[in-house]
Amino acid sequence: MKAYRAIVSARFRMMLQYRAAAAAGLGTQLFWGFIRIMIFTAFYRVAKAPQPMTLEQVVSYVWLGQAMFAMLPWSVEPDLRVMIRSGNVAYELLRPVDLYWLWFSRSVARRSAPTLLRAVPMFIIAGLFFGLRAPQSVGVAAAWLAAMAGAFVLSCAISTILSISLLWTVSGEGVMVLMSGAAWLLSGMIIPLPLFPDWAQGILAFLPFRGVADAPYRVYMGNIPLNEVWVVLAHQLAWIAAFVVVGRALVGRGLRRLAVQGG
Amino acid sequence: MTQIVVQDLVKTFRVAERRSGFLGALRGLVKRRHRIIHALDGVSFTVERGELLGYIGPNGAGKSTTVKILGGILVPDSGKCEVLGRVPWKERIETVRRIGVVFGQRTQLWWDLPVIESFELLRDIYGVGAREYSSAVEELVTLLDLTPILDTPVRQLSLGQRMRCDLAASLLHAPRILYLDEPTIGLDAVSKLAVRDFILRLNRERGVTVILTTHDMDDIEALTNRVIVINEGKILSDGPLAALRATVTKERWLTIDLVEEGAEVSDEDATVMSRDGGRVVLSFDPDRVAPAALIGRLASRYPVRDLFVENPPIEEIIARIYGRACK
Amino acid sequence: MLDDVRLYFKYISVSVRSQMQYRASFVMQSVGQLLITGIDFLGIWALFDRFGGLEGWTLTEVALLYGMVSVAFTFADAMSAGFDLFSATVRNGDFDRMLVRPRSTVLQVIGQELTMRRVGRLAQGTAVLVWAAWAIEAPWSAPKALLLAAAIAGGTSIFVGLFILQGTMCFWTTESLEIMNTLTYGGRESISYPLSIFRPWFRRFFIFVVPLAAVNYFPALAILEHEDPLGTPVVVQWSSPLVGFAFLLVALQVWKIGVRHYRSTGS
Repeated sequence: MKAYRAIVSARFRMMLQYRAAAAAGLGTQLFWGFIRIMIFTAFYRVAKAPQPMTLEQVVSYVWLGQAMFAMLPWSVEPDLRVMIRSGNVAYELLRPVDLYWLWFSRSVARRSAPTLLRAVPMFIIAGLFFGLRAPQSVGVAAAWLAAMAGAFVLSCAISTILSISLLWTVSGEGVMVLMSGAAWLLSGMIIPLPLFPDWAQGILAFLPFRGVADAPYRVYMGNIPLNEVWVVLAHQLAWIAAFVVVGRALVGRGLRRLAVQGG
Repeated sequence: MTQIVVQDLVKTFRVAERRSGFLGALRGLVKRRHRIIHALDGVSFTVERGELLGYIGPNGAGKSTTVKILGGILVPDSGKCEVLGRVPWKERIETVRRIGVVFGQRTQLWWDLPVIESFELLRDIYGVGAREYSSAVEELVTLLDLTPILDTPVRQLSLGQRMRCDLAASLLHAPRILYLDEPTIGLDAVSKLAVRDFILRLNRERGVTVILTTHDMDDIEALTNRVIVINEGKILSDGPLAALRATVTKERWLTIDLVEEGAEVSDEDATVMSRDGGRVVLSFDPDRVAPAALIGRLASRYPVRDLFVENPPIEEIIARIYGRACK
Repeated sequence: MLDDVRLYFKYISVSVRSQMQYRASFVMQSVGQLLITGIDFLGIWALFDRFGGLEGWTLTEVALLYGMVSVAFTFADAMSAGFDLFSATVRNGDFDRMLVRPRSTVLQVIGQELTMRRVGRLAQGTAVLVWAAWAIEAPWSAPKALLLAAAIAGGTSIFVGLFILQGTMCFWTTESLEIMNTLTYGGRESISYPLSIFRPWFRRFFIFVVPLAAVNYFPALAILEHEDPLGTPVVVQWSSPLVGFAFLLVALQVWKIGVRHYRSTGS
């Protein structure tokens, strides 16, 4: 456990060094937020019928997405990718720690500092100036925090599986491109999920990706009532369990396969 | 004919300091501290055509900074420098066309390509004529024994093979000056000898001026007749190897292997430096006692099985020079 | 100059051959990209489906904007991998290696790689563009086709210029700054929509600072013979792609400044 904690804290300290990057990251998120909001605003101007979300809700949704941006599982840790490419990943086998959790902690490590460094200022700025509404009650806020914790863990689990899939050099890269693109799209980061066509809502509710962004944001906005929050959490938990189980099974196989091929 | 002139080169760097610990990291977010490094502090020397010059110093002494300035990569803060009549950083492309550089740790070849294709690409980059190229390749391939590996991608080569290919690559455009930065680092003994032999022939037979920066003192002894020692941006010594040795010390070392361990060896004209089992190393001043006399005395006093006399190794010489400079 | 162009083609032939060694991986990633970018456009389609229109622009018209910028961006992205990786190049000392060669540094960096994987995205962008070109109401003509080509070339120039600027920043800081990503990826995304839907400050930024509007929105107005709520003169609409090339020249100058800085401060 200590080893994992060391990894996380070392990465945290390292990220604090990059202050220009932090400031630039903030600017980036604001810019993207503006783009999205302007686009949606334009669409809403011509809207004839009432929509599943009001424009204010869309605005909040977009800012939540930008604040939480660093958390999302849309890429693989670059160090791991380099390690696998060069074959140095064999060294991972030499470390006296459980491999799956090692890579999981890497995922946690890489996300925690940037997420915190961005989310806090983003919340303040977007909340003060750009229309991010506060949650309606303390209960909603608490439920939202729980859902965010679930989203964070789920995101790490997905990203860990993406890293593991790279152990299969050819098919793994295809899987990674597809799944990270899908995660990006189907989590609601480009377009809020409720705005997708009605016939798609069922699939979107089932897939794991909404648990990473869409579901917690809707809890925040009150779009999902408090008594239905447990559905969100259960959905996240179920998918986390699924990814962890599959991930653990795959990691051993993947590394042994690499060892056989000679890395 | 003077090819390289370096006069009073000065170069300083500002390095941001990283703070340790969590609080330090937070503080570093707000305010950055800087350290000034004097990489070169008034360096001067000249190099004539056909010299084979060793440029040595501890890490951070200023060796690579000098080479970078000579290569036009870096602009000095002040001072004068001319390579083949040109100021390197002012006329980068023309200067660089006439020199070759080999960095020991990084290859200049393309990782995924067969060696010969890297050569062809370099030919196009340097604009070497077809005839000059084919004769250069033929010669270099023969001299460095590259025929079996010409079609191998660089990533599959061993370190020794790669270094030989890098050497050939740096000479395709027939440069008159060659900078070699740690060329034998990490090589096995056989490859080291091959590389050294090649460099020697290059210099003696083809008259290519070579500047060699290295930590390997065997390279220095085998190849160079002139050595420049640099430390903390200042030149400590510049001249033939023997003179370098003499300025530090005339002392010589006598190593004795005793028949049986344990004998207490001592002599009024020599100092025991180390004792390891049956082997004793003594240092003595040949002006005070002739080697033959000392050997005779010790051999008659102690059961000596074998012995030899040598100069102190270069490392020892260099260490003393640095030590002296530190005072 | 011609010699440089010839060398560039030799460089990228090396890059392509070396990527083709990993053929299966390349196919896999290209197909993946094609699918993902396809879904990306479906997102826009979904929005049009739900909202019915966008301030006087139809889906096919927006598709033209989308296709133009997507193709331009993909060309630039495929060519500029060297600048994308530039921070690693500097850190490794490989840039010193480039300085020691008697060739322009820009040529050497841009010659490092031509990313073939991008062909998936290129296929999708081209497909959307072709569909849009076929589906729009306004008639086509030879001048319009030329304008389209110029616009795409100009767009590629701007994006390459942005990537060069991104690489140039590595001379001053080793931190990877995401600011440039907002301009490249963010620019691509926003310019896929008609400029008129954005706020005035945003419009002015993409007209005068990073003139993506000049290589996308304005030419498209001319091609579509669309009414312009901003009232741009027709002359501007037809000549605006030139701005793209000017931007690239400016970026190259900034690069030179960056190299000068690198050579006086080391790494």
